[in-house]
Amino acid sequence: MTVERPRKNPLHRTRQPLLPPGARSRKAHLLTVAAAEGRFALPRCGDCGTYAWPMPEACPNCLSADITAADAPVGAVLLADTSAEVPADPYFRERAPWRVGLAQMDCGPIALVHLHPAPQAGDRLKLTLMLDRAGQAVLHAGPENGGDMRTDKQWQEMVADPRGRRVLITDARHVAALPLARKLADAGAAGIFMGLPEGWKPLENRADFEAVPGLTFVALDLASDRSVEDLVRDIGGKVEILINTADNPRPGGLMAPASATHARMAMEVVAFGLMRLARALGPALAGRGADGGDGAPGAVAWVNVLSVFARATPPEMAGYAAAHAAALSLSHSLRAQLAVGGVRLMTVLTGPTEDDWFQLAPQPKVTGKALADAVVGGLMRGLEEVVVGDVARDLMARLAENPKAVEHDLSQGKL
Amino acid sequence: MTGILEAMSGALAAGAVKVVDLTHTLTEDFPTIVLPPEFGPSAPVRIERISRYDAAGPAWYWNNLSFGEHTGTHFDAPAHWFTGRDIARGTVDTMPPEHMIAPACVIDCVAESASDDDFLLTRAALENWEATHGTIPAGSWVLMRTDWSQRKGAAFANLREGGAHTPGPDAGAIQWLVNERGILGFGTETIGTDAGQGGHLDPPYPAHHFLHGAGRYGLQCLTNLHLLPPKGALIMAAPLKVHEGSGSPLRVLALVAGDTA
Amino acid sequence: MDTPRGYDGVVLAVPVTVPYVRHSTDSTQWWVGRALSGLAAGAGVSHREFDGLSIASFSLAPDNTIGLTQHFGLSPRFIDFVPLGGVAGVVALRRAARAVQAGDADIIACIGADTNAPQSFRQSLENFSRFSQDAVYPYGAGGPNVSFALIAQAYMAASGLSRADTGRIAVAQRANALKNPHALMKKPLSLDQYLNSRPIAPPIHLFDCVMPCAGAEAFLVMREETAKAQGLPFVRLTAAIERHNGFPADPVMLRGGWVRDVDTLWGMAGVEPGTVDLVQTYDDYPFISAMQFEDLGLCPKGGAAEFIAGHDFTTTGSLPHNTSGGQLSAGQAGCAGGHLGLVETLRQLTGAAGERQVEGARRALVSGFGMINFDRGLGSGAVVLEAA
Repeated sequence: MTVERPRKNPLHRTRQPLLPPGARSRKAHLLTVAAAEGRFALPRCGDCGTYAWPMPEACPNCLSADITAADAPVGAVLLADTSAEVPADPYFRERAPWRVGLAQMDCGPIALVHLHPAPQAGDRLKLTLMLDRAGQAVLHAGPENGGDMRTDKQWQEMVADPRGRRVLITDARHVAALPLARKLADAGAAGIFMGLPEGWKPLENRADFEAVPGLTFVALDLASDRSVEDLVRDIGGKVEILINTADNPRPGGLMAPASATHARMAMEVVAFGLMRLARALGPALAGRGADGGDGAPGAVAWVNVLSVFARATPPEMAGYAAAHAAALSLSHSLRAQLAVGGVRLMTVLTGPTEDDWFQLAPQPKVTGKALADAVVGGLMRGLEEVVVGDVARDLMARLAENPKAVEHDLSQGKL
Repeated sequence: MTGILEAMSGALAAGAVKVVDLTHTLTEDFPTIVLPPEFGPSAPVRIERISRYDAAGPAWYWNNLSFGEHTGTHFDAPAHWFTGRDIARGTVDTMPPEHMIAPACVIDCVAESASDDDFLLTRAALENWEATHGTIPAGSWVLMRTDWSQRKGAAFANLREGGAHTPGPDAGAIQWLVNERGILGFGTETIGTDAGQGGHLDPPYPAHHFLHGAGRYGLQCLTNLHLLPPKGALIMAAPLKVHEGSGSPLRVLALVAGDTA
Repeated sequence: MDTPRGYDGVVLAVPVTVPYVRHSTDSTQWWVGRALSGLAAGAGVSHREFDGLSIASFSLAPDNTIGLTQHFGLSPRFIDFVPLGGVAGVVALRRAARAVQAGDADIIACIGADTNAPQSFRQSLENFSRFSQDAVYPYGAGGPNVSFALIAQAYMAASGLSRADTGRIAVAQRANALKNPHALMKKPLSLDQYLNSRPIAPPIHLFDCVMPCAGAEAFLVMREETAKAQGLPFVRLTAAIERHNGFPADPVMLRGGWVRDVDTLWGMAGVEPGTVDLVQTYDDYPFISAMQFEDLGLCPKGGAAEFIAGHDFTTTGSLPHNTSGGQLSAGQAGCAGGHLGLVETLRQLTGAAGERQVEGARRALVSGFGMINFDRGLGSGAVVLEAA
């Protein structure tokens, strides 16, 4: 159920966004990929199989340069722990005490880890590779059985838990909007603003939306400067998580009669709409990235729900795919700009959804509920990249293997 | 002839002739026609700031404006419909300028539209109107007053199962006005000269079909028709001179005698 | 492993300390200049006569030693740059010793110098090492405190060392510092104050930590005949060891690299382990000094607590230790901290230690330890010095 959010005392300072140290070696970004996707990976030598930590340029065991981030077992033992009471770094200083430990991983290496409050020296640990507020991969260690992550303020600092936060979902007409609202309410969101474009058009399941606790409809048409700006003027200071579901799926290849018109409208909503939102809401969100205390946590995440066709184009959805590709590109710029406030940008690439617009797409399609589960799950884990649905996952795997083959498959109608 | 215009100027200055604005403000959230998705949609009205005395233009304010030809209070030229495709000077840039000023007859359908969203104006009703107000003169606008312009947003668009439910003329009424009365055009307060369910009439969209097929015009999304007399107002409706345009948003003005306004 | 050739004929002379300040607006080059000037004055020759220059510093960028030759008008035939923190002094001395012994140089100025501005400690942490950048600093563990706290927790648990034990080391060093006019710490420290000091990263508390400062330490390395020709008091180098990443397979640093070379050290020195008149350990934390007592053979492994209990470490005590006050009480002038014990010992063994002079000091052990690159200190070294 929704959580009561304490009101801010206007006499108190708003905590300014600070970031943990963000410098990393280029090689270390092999781990950023895994952390962004929520995989546990460690540097491993391709020749002798030895795991290493920190990221080396050559295997310390055999000097092979074949070092990759490979999936690894998550078990470890806590060798020692301490709490940094007065860290030199301003980010940690403000959040001190900060608990860290020295962990011996089951697969060999020793690592310094962010440490959950429960484990004591000698205890078994479960490691997670996650993104910190600077968007960089770090190791977190919690109790082997999982433990209660709500008691771990360091974990909470790195994820984007909706609990106690107010969420803006940009388009109620998206198939995932209602399940998202329900899921967020269950997760303890303090409020849900549900954007409704073109309010003069009926919303068939309006009553279902209105039954979600804490949900308020707001007029929001991403294709309109004025609409976006007015909404941000109204509630821009009250949004801690934004979930952009605005979409305009219309089938049609490049040579379809109204292809340019449909593509333009898709661009207006999906690409330019994202730009309008970024311009109006981006600064407000980034500026509140460190706001709030335990009961009233600050701005934390921006989610763009995009089609996997942003990465690979079925010719019969040319304009639609182009709009999503444009939005994906914009997402990367937005990620960099939100990063200064420690606000995470999560990109959700979904396969064709289970709604009327994708009637020709093959099964299995993604239900609104599955998409909502993936979005909220991604927030709870602080991910940056989420791929939803078997079709999308398969497409991404094939793309990684051979993008040219995917192009040929799609040109022959093989999703 | 200059005497008439001088008299008109004098009457306007003295308030003996008043100007009534029949136009809605062009806004981004004004409803537009909704077609099934297999058809190309009209772009909505968009007003995007270029600058307003800011870094993008320190001393000046201006916007980029975009819209479909059939948005807001707008004008339909004969070329808008297939039946009017061969009409000479059938687009807004070529239409005779004399047609941009014409008298109007206002048919009061307020009560009927209030009780029936799908009210259809019939020839019989028009003949009834003539019985009171006299014959509809050739070359005049016939404006269907429903007070629909008083509605806002969803109530104005009135989209339900089966699409929009708004009043309009039936095929017989339009054919009679075009053929028997020689009207210049037909105007409504709703989105379209046809009824919301006009696609299910025979022929589909009879107002568009017969008006434009005969080289006549349409006006829609009018407002303030309640300020016009049943007869005697002079309408000034000059669409933008869009190259080969099928219509355009425009400012529609009515001149009315001061004592009737 | 064969015992290395001895350092016969190699001596150290001219102890120079450029007095420390907490924060300095001067650059490290300025501090090097003052140290060179002090060495020249002490040696009674022009600094142009120094034909070797060895610099240890973290804050010399964008320079290294070669640029300083032009900066200070030297034309040396031996230069060295050893930005190796707490082990830099021993490393610099070992290399300089072999160079003068072989005749590659006659007089080598060994200088450890760093400046310190309010922000420079944090900035140097940010850029300390690749492993630290990737896997330490992002954990709020920038700087040595957290890393050493983790080592301390494991070591103290394994060795039975208590905070009261490590406190005795810190308290004795403060007593020594009160006799050192160069020491930054001027107030006495009691064991209670030590035990009740603010936690920094438990078990590390405030008085376990050094105070970063600006300063320089310097000495000359030459052959005995050169020192005699100049009429300079000197001490002899009789043994030296050096080891880096000594025990890579140890999960936690419960021992230092000294353990691998301790027999060599005492073998070269030709004396029974621990038969010295004073000891200077690298004391970035007192527990690390305790670990050095064990690993350098002053007591058995696990015997540090008993060893500490059995000794008085003040200048008049049973085993004077860190007689200058050490870094804990004199201050840690960056890389100069690795030279501090050598310079202090040079004073002690030449009878130039003033109020804190250890009576009859003839032989000393000086150790170095440095560079916590990731989870452990990598460098370890030690020397034995004998009065002439």
